[in-house]
Amino acid sequence: MATGVFSEGRASIDKRTLRTDKWWLQPAATFGVLLSFVIYSTFRAFEKNYYWAEPLISPFYSPCISTACLDGASHFGQPIGTLVVFGMVISPAFFILVVPLGFRLTCYYYRKSYYRSFWMSPPACSVAEPHKKYTGETRAPLILQNGHRWFFYLGLVLNVILTYDAVIAFRNADGEWGHMSVGTLVLTLNATLLWLYSLSCHTCRHTIGGRLRSFSKHPYRYKAWSFVSKLNGNHPLYAWISLFGVAFADIYVRMVAKGTITNYYFF
Amino acid sequence: MAGKVNLRIWRGDSKSGDFKDVQVDANEGEVVLDVIHRVQATQMSDLAVRWNCKAGKCGSCSMEINGKPRLACMTRMNTFEEGETITVTPLRAFPVIRDLVADVSFNYKKAMEVPSFEPPADLAPGEYRMQQVDVERSQEFRKCIECFLCQNTCHVIRDHEENKKSFAGPRFFIRMAELDMHPLDTIRNRKQQAQEEHGLGMCNITKCCTEVCPEHIKITDNAIIPMKERVVDVKYDPVRWLGSKIRKREGI
Repeated sequence: MATGVFSEGRASIDKRTLRTDKWWLQPAATFGVLLSFVIYSTFRAFEKNYYWAEPLISPFYSPCISTACLDGASHFGQPIGTLVVFGMVISPAFFILVVPLGFRLTCYYYRKSYYRSFWMSPPACSVAEPHKKYTGETRAPLILQNGHRWFFYLGLVLNVILTYDAVIAFRNADGEWGHMSVGTLVLTLNATLLWLYSLSCHTCRHTIGGRLRSFSKHPYRYKAWSFVSKLNGNHPLYAWISLFGVAFADIYVRMVAKGTITNYYFF
Repeated sequence: MAGKVNLRIWRGDSKSGDFKDVQVDANEGEVVLDVIHRVQATQMSDLAVRWNCKAGKCGSCSMEINGKPRLACMTRMNTFEEGETITVTPLRAFPVIRDLVADVSFNYKKAMEVPSFEPPADLAPGEYRMQQVDVERSQEFRKCIECFLCQNTCHVIRDHEENKKSFAGPRFFIRMAELDMHPLDTIRNRKQQAQEEHGLGMCNITKCCTEVCPEHIKITDNAIIPMKERVVDVKYDPVRWLGSKIRKREGI
């Protein structure tokens, strides 16, 4: 039986959409960029190399907490042993990437992006989706999207660690403080963008004051909420540039670690 | 855009219908509704179109223009290319009555399902007092003109007729959010109601409602997502749930 825009009683129009603009462009571009990032990050997670070049560590591998980590890369110890599955050493990146992956996967902005571009639910506004049934986020697995706040909290811990990585990048390769290189700037920029992305998050906005019924009774939380609300207006922008920032930081560290380029020191 | 314009207008009723092509004059500064009225006056005297204020405040002239849900009175003719054929249809998420008029009674039924504001028992009308910061938050939602463009574009019901039973839609999520954020409302289980009875969980926040709102209400960011987070507080966050039981202050 016909459903959706072809349902009985609705205006009998045989087209799924009558939009005349390039509505497919945005979901197609989103699909391309997100897929490229997934492919690159998967490749890097499996590579298990070129993520540490004193004092720089790639955000894909920080904190490096497995005994499979490269020498010097573990700033917070190695509490996890080397896991081997089917004869293959599990990359230290997998223990870490689950947090940013979960945070971005359950992020309200990215949900919009990938529901539209990957799942076409809907591909664009007023463009009929191809699915026969739809239950949204009411049942498994999508009901797990409600766990966004847990990834948010874990993501904050990771941000602190990546900020620490940026701070220790103010050392030179011999571990002496008071130096700054291009890598220092790259890791500092990466940490800054990640903080902006996290603090502009809808869950952050809710936690800091959004859940209140009365702002007037909580003036400080209201001020904090107002500030986060301003950041929240740019959340999609921060989501994208922080994604590019992470990829760029990793590419930079990889090139330095591989010897493709030299990490230039300003002083 | 002055001169002749080409219009494709859907004409018919709930049983059948088709597009009719017409050419009509358009003057400088006109909107789509002006041109439709000229078609009605000169070529199709029986063309059905719903309208009222012609100022973007009554929400009556909702229709789809080139496939996009719009208010005909707020869609300027100079936004179209010279020589472009402008396609006009009724709202496609609701049953059609005739021509450009859709039956939006679904929305009025859903409105009746949302419990109204319940003030504290010890306050009489006229004794309600609220601070400006608390008023401002819900004021945004009071801008709604009930044009139902958000309801029309929401794919949950637009693309799945069967979901109409269990899904209230974005217009009523902002109503629920407004009441749940109201310091004087005494109904404390609006979050649970929104999730369990009105289908909040079916929304996958693809933001089409926000995109089409002629009042620029941030439906998703300021109402639906905050409501989803409030639902998480009471249904999916054991730490918050435990805290509310110990400290007994669910409605802070």
